[in-house]
Amino acid sequence: MYDVETIRKDFPILSREVNGKPLVYLDNGASAQKPQIVIDAVTRGYAEEYANVHRGLHYLSNLATDKYEGVRDVIARFLGAKDSEEIVYTTGTTMGINLVAYGWAMEQLSAGDEIILSVMEHHANIVPWHFLRERMGVKLVWVDVDSTGHLDPQKVLDAITPRTKLIAVTQVSNVLGTVVDVKTICAGAQAQGVPVLVDGSQAAVHMPVNVEEIGCDFYAITGHKLYGPSASGAIWIRRARMDEMRPFMGGGDMIREVHKDEITWNDPPMKFEAGTPGIVQQIGLGVALEYMMGVGMENIAAHEAKLRDYTRSKLDGLNWLQVQGTTANKAAIFSFTLDGAGHAHDISTILDKKGVAVRAGQHCVGPLMDHLGLNATCRASFGMYNTEAEVDTLVEALELAHELLG
Amino acid sequence: MAQTAFEDVIEDFEFLEDWEDRYRMVIEMGKALDPMPEALKVPATKVEGCASQVWLHTSVDAGRFHFQGDSDAMIVKGLIALLHRLYDGLPIADVAGVDARAELGRLGLHEHLSAQRSNGLRAMIERIRLDAAG
Repeated sequence: MYDVETIRKDFPILSREVNGKPLVYLDNGASAQKPQIVIDAVTRGYAEEYANVHRGLHYLSNLATDKYEGVRDVIARFLGAKDSEEIVYTTGTTMGINLVAYGWAMEQLSAGDEIILSVMEHHANIVPWHFLRERMGVKLVWVDVDSTGHLDPQKVLDAITPRTKLIAVTQVSNVLGTVVDVKTICAGAQAQGVPVLVDGSQAAVHMPVNVEEIGCDFYAITGHKLYGPSASGAIWIRRARMDEMRPFMGGGDMIREVHKDEITWNDPPMKFEAGTPGIVQQIGLGVALEYMMGVGMENIAAHEAKLRDYTRSKLDGLNWLQVQGTTANKAAIFSFTLDGAGHAHDISTILDKKGVAVRAGQHCVGPLMDHLGLNATCRASFGMYNTEAEVDTLVEALELAHELLG
Repeated sequence: MAQTAFEDVIEDFEFLEDWEDRYRMVIEMGKALDPMPEALKVPATKVEGCASQVWLHTSVDAGRFHFQGDSDAMIVKGLIALLHRLYDGLPIADVAGVDARAELGRLGLHEHLSAQRSNGLRAMIERIRLDAAG
């Protein structure tokens, strides 16, 4: 039995008010709130267990290192990875994808090679590839979504040419909520020898993930969206791809020996982790993932599917509101515009006065906004602690916005 | 004391107790703003630093400061209407002396005045002051 009220009690911020109204936090797609055990882990990390990792032989350094390194096993379990050495720590998906762009793609690709992207990618899965386009002459090949926001896996596979060196695609759209059939894409791509990078920044929050079942080569996650600390995260990299990579960032921790004219690397995954990392953040992420797995990813997915259906039925009743992304099995992420009048910023300003936090703007998806022909949308994105009563508050606030702006 | 047009708004606001009515009035003022000719919406009049699109076209006529403005966001357009009442028709030499933040603060629209807000009110005020300084 999924008891959302019990879960809400684990998140202290959810009991606060904003603008004199109880907080209705529907901006989980941007960043999720943190349960008390994560906050406690961060506090304890600094108050009782802090030292740099991998460096000292003293008690606290060993303790911090054990805690920090132990998170690799937790992430591997969370992602269904066979080997925790395939987990590289990052500050989030943006860093993970940049690592692949600089460390892998720059080595493997040359001018004229092609990278296939869907039109609904987040800028984190676009801009690093634009760097390669600008610097190396790599070609970006775009695959459209249909009017419901569905991405046809076959259209992605049909875009493969002899020059295709990578497919980089999100598993869940941060704007449309579309769930992409990455498994079919990976199977088809693998048959043609094309590696696949999956942006799991949104997906891993809302559904069970198993990278071996998906069959991808890279899978990036973002800690702060997973109820963990900001600037925590990881990317899973299949061993065969990791062996093809050169280090991206240079510094301490990622080297074995450094001399004036010679350098040798540490073993993966540390080969890709330069400098003192976010030690406490990463420890907090481990606690957050254990918390999610304790509740059960299947249970979280089921709760959010109910919220999605409830929200959809309520929003469908507002004939002056247009929802972008209408696939049946989408994640509980709703981007919308109001007919006729009302900029996304107007709507979010009025919603905020009612205590409802949503995102307004372009959501870091320029090509998708071009595709939809929109300047900006409002987005309500749900998490494990949201309730149907909060959906009702959202709808009431939207009705007020419609009245004021109409 | 600001210009009469603005003091009239202050008076009206005093009768409006809840924020919904105040917002309603700001939005209505935006709708009532003289339309800005599309030909004036060019890169030079676009105010950067606003999350929504904002244009301001300023001019001086017989020693007095004038401007036209528009935005695709209705609350922002209402804020432009307030600025219009505050600045439009002022002797050019008086523009720099207007404390727009303090005046708008008198309306209880504090949430639009902080540096973090992305509605670009500060950028708009800056543009007006710069243009008036010639």
